[in-house]
Amino acid sequence: MPRTASNIMIKSLIFLLIFTASFAYGADGKLLGTSGLVQIEGSGGGGLVPWATLSGLDSDSEVSFSPFVSYVSVQDYSLKSYGISGSFYDQLEVSINRHEFEVDALKTELKQDIYGVKYRVYGDIVYSKWPQISVGLMHKKLKTPAIADALGATQTNSGTDFYISAAKVHLGLLAGYNLVWNTTLRASKANELGLLGFGGANNDNYKLNFEATAGVVLRHIAFGVEYRQKPDNLGLNEDDWMDVFISYFPNKHISLTLAYLDLGSIAGSDTQSGYYISIGGQF
Amino acid sequence: MNLRLLSIAFVVLVIISLSGCKLTQHEQSLFEEMGGHSTITKLTENFVDEISRNQEIFKYFARSDVVRFKQKFSEHICMLSGGPCKYTGDNMVDVHTGMNINEHDFNLGVELLINAMNRSDIPHTTQNKILATLVPHRQDIIYLE
Repeated sequence: MPRTASNIMIKSLIFLLIFTASFAYGADGKLLGTSGLVQIEGSGGGGLVPWATLSGLDSDSEVSFSPFVSYVSVQDYSLKSYGISGSFYDQLEVSINRHEFEVDALKTELKQDIYGVKYRVYGDIVYSKWPQISVGLMHKKLKTPAIADALGATQTNSGTDFYISAAKVHLGLLAGYNLVWNTTLRASKANELGLLGFGGANNDNYKLNFEATAGVVLRHIAFGVEYRQKPDNLGLNEDDWMDVFISYFPNKHISLTLAYLDLGSIAGSDTQSGYYISIGGQF
Repeated sequence: MNLRLLSIAFVVLVIISLSGCKLTQHEQSLFEEMGGHSTITKLTENFVDEISRNQEIFKYFARSDVVRFKQKFSEHICMLSGGPCKYTGDNMVDVHTGMNINEHDFNLGVELLINAMNRSDIPHTTQNKILATLVPHRQDIIYLE
């Protein structure tokens, strides 16, 4: 692992330990592994996909905070993503997230900030008969518009994604192990998460994209697969994304996730694949 | 590594385990899988012990008849797990009306039950199946004034 990545991991671990100490009496309302992780754009979810669950452990009388840091490395690019979300009374989630995207070939870094809001509309992922349903939005502010502009993106400053998600845990369904799934429908104009702007010559309208996660929860470990459809607005053959992941929850407050990613073609560089590592806290 | 192939393999694995799970359910009830009456007795004792040690939950039981609770709780678990028992207690709504149990306390109660199942040496996979039989009753337990 590159030195910068391990540095971030160490810093974030220290950060989490301090956090754990100060929030020792925070929310801890949910069954282990059923409230998910924080996905790459700062919302409660899997690795790539936002879920219908909120990021925290809060019940309807509690507030909870979830910091996270993730690192993605593929052949020609790497991405640091870090942020924090607050989830309020198991009803509303507010998140803020920074992306730092390294383009090795150009020795340049692209940055964007993502502000997210998610509202739980119905149900509980474990307890309700039907899946938990939430709606959300992600407002993305691109701080480095030059490359998006050069590639022909229509908007280079900001864009907003809207999504609706449904998620369910089936207790003991797989030979006694818990099965969890989430599906998300997202309206988006974002090129490569928004790092390459929004809209383009190929398409400048909102497109509906399908995203899904399916996983099995063992006691302290969960594993599964994810799929995320993406638009191809710039005409650069932007590909859908997939990953296989394994998460480890030593307790309710910390999660560690490793994934293998297949990201396909990114900005003209074909067959980008690599790893994803993420540390998250829930307090 | 071909992720598409891996994903398909994962889905196939899920389907196979699902059908395998259905088969075993016919052969053995959850009651037998957890170890029958003796395990339910242990579980009940441990659950009552967990409750008595937790101030937040114990307040709901302060005026309860412990002997009666143990008997009805055992019957209920036995019946829900497909064992040879009939639950003779009051329905869940009547039992919990007036307690006004909120989500936090409900979740805490579930946690105490999981502790009790651990202490009763019930395997994790069996615990999940037991919880699955209890999940539909949450609406008959919380927020009843």
